[in-house]
Amino acid sequence: MPKQILAELLRKEQIIKDVYKFTIKAEEIVKLAKPGNFIEIKVNNQTEPFLRRPISIYNIEVEHGILEFIFQVKGKGTQILAQKNIGEKIDIIGPLGYGTFKIGDKTNVAIIGGGIGIFPLYELAKQITEQKKRVNGYLGFRTKDLVMLENEFTKITNNLTITTDDGTYGKNGFAINYLIEDMKKEKYECIYACGPLPMLRSLQEYANKNNIECQISLEEKMGCGLGVCLGCAVKTAKSSIESPKYFQVCKGGPVFNSRDVEF
Amino acid sequence: MNTRINFAGIELKNPVTVAAGTFGYGREFANFFDLGKLGAIITEGTSLKAKSGNKPPRVCEVSSGMLSSIGLQNPGIEYFANNELPFLRKYDTKIIVNACANSVEEFVELCKILNDLDIDGIEINSACPNVEDNNKVFGSTYESIKMLTKAVRKEIDKPLIIKLTPNVENIGKIAKGVEDGGADAISLIGTISAMKIDIYKRKPMISTNIGGLSGPAIKPIALRMIYEVNQNIKIPIMGLGGIVSGEDAIEFMLAGATAISIGSGNLIDPYTSIKTIEGIEEYMRKSNIKNISDIVGKLELN
Repeated sequence: MPKQILAELLRKEQIIKDVYKFTIKAEEIVKLAKPGNFIEIKVNNQTEPFLRRPISIYNIEVEHGILEFIFQVKGKGTQILAQKNIGEKIDIIGPLGYGTFKIGDKTNVAIIGGGIGIFPLYELAKQITEQKKRVNGYLGFRTKDLVMLENEFTKITNNLTITTDDGTYGKNGFAINYLIEDMKKEKYECIYACGPLPMLRSLQEYANKNNIECQISLEEKMGCGLGVCLGCAVKTAKSSIESPKYFQVCKGGPVFNSRDVEF
Repeated sequence: MNTRINFAGIELKNPVTVAAGTFGYGREFANFFDLGKLGAIITEGTSLKAKSGNKPPRVCEVSSGMLSSIGLQNPGIEYFANNELPFLRKYDTKIIVNACANSVEEFVELCKILNDLDIDGIEINSACPNVEDNNKVFGSTYESIKMLTKAVRKEIDKPLIIKLTPNVENIGKIAKGVEDGGADAISLIGTISAMKIDIYKRKPMISTNIGGLSGPAIKPIALRMIYEVNQNIKIPIMGLGGIVSGEDAIEFMLAGATAISIGSGNLIDPYTSIKTIEGIEEYMRKSNIKNISDIVGKLELN
């Protein structure tokens, strides 16, 4: 059950151009948060911008009541958010989303993320590593200047592969190609993913065809994040033209089994 | 200080209700506050059979508001009656069901079922297209809204509210059609037809191209329409359109609304309705008003 709180901004760090990491005090939320959950932020107490901004949870430290999230400045809302000062209170609802990353009894898994989609994979990989299980990471970025969090992800994965589309850093090409190559010798029991749609679609096709469990975190334009406006729809795998069926990303997701959705 | 109000025969503990499509069937909000604090809950738009809704994207933000085109996604009346109504009935508030259909017969059939349920009122969504009339919405002319109102009135002993769409030429005349058709009350305004364009893709931002605008952006238009409708009819008005505070609610009541609804305000802050109730009470204290009903329609024109 989500809570609404006014969370104090404790730390603020720019990690690459236009991308910020915020550390907030959010005891009530971290107690309930699971990997894959997100929060909804009201960036000011006015009606412009109107809606809250859904942002995924990057890291939680339950013992300290600390929550971290990372966001890219894209429009009005995130611009206002990026200007918050340390000590300011931020209006947050969370944790949101009933569909979260499930670790279960798997012992050898992979995470794959692209660009700003890598953030929700951090808490997941951290928890898998804490459970002394094996997790390999594949993180793809467009170019060298956009590569981020390499050290952080290195610490919580057994092996980390960084790729850039233009070959300016790490391995050359798409992260998914390196994951598929490794699958010739590795037996990942599950692939966890978040990132751009083309990457998720290729991965879904690969995982479904090869009968590999795949949990993907999706994004869709959201109104409320609470499951009431029914705005953020994603087609279910059972959907057809004659009989369309939808999940709400904010409620059924944001994490779905790749077999259950069509996007 | 008395915030109680009688709206079309429904005794509300305060004039604040929550609008269809912004409150689900209450479950999500019950996590945040006691639903019994509300004057009434107007449910999700509910149809005879389950509806899956429109394809995404269904919503986008605009200046001080949002555009939406949900397509009336809902689980159908039978599911509502069996699974959602018993939950809602646990709370000490009034339950009004928003009903949607695409023909007169469908509305009549739905209203027969609704009339037998343990609910306090029925709100008809007149922005539904009528498949028997080239998909023209029921609420678009005096004649068609009067005809629909008459047809459902025959089936309903409970308070009958007709919700009006603002996308019409003469809202006062449409409201008269509702009154002449025998409804107990009117609610307005629904969303305003609007658009938002992605200039790089050169495409509308929502899948149906045109959607419904809601939020504070439409509040001045809503107020004007409520004022106009109040000149034309005697039955009470449920006012809505961008209300997010007690001050907003008072404006609507002065313009002629007996009760008000919080719509998209629920989406940006789950406590908007509660804050609105508190805001109304604060206004009553400040302005020394004993009964909230005393301010309804008490606008003094220039």
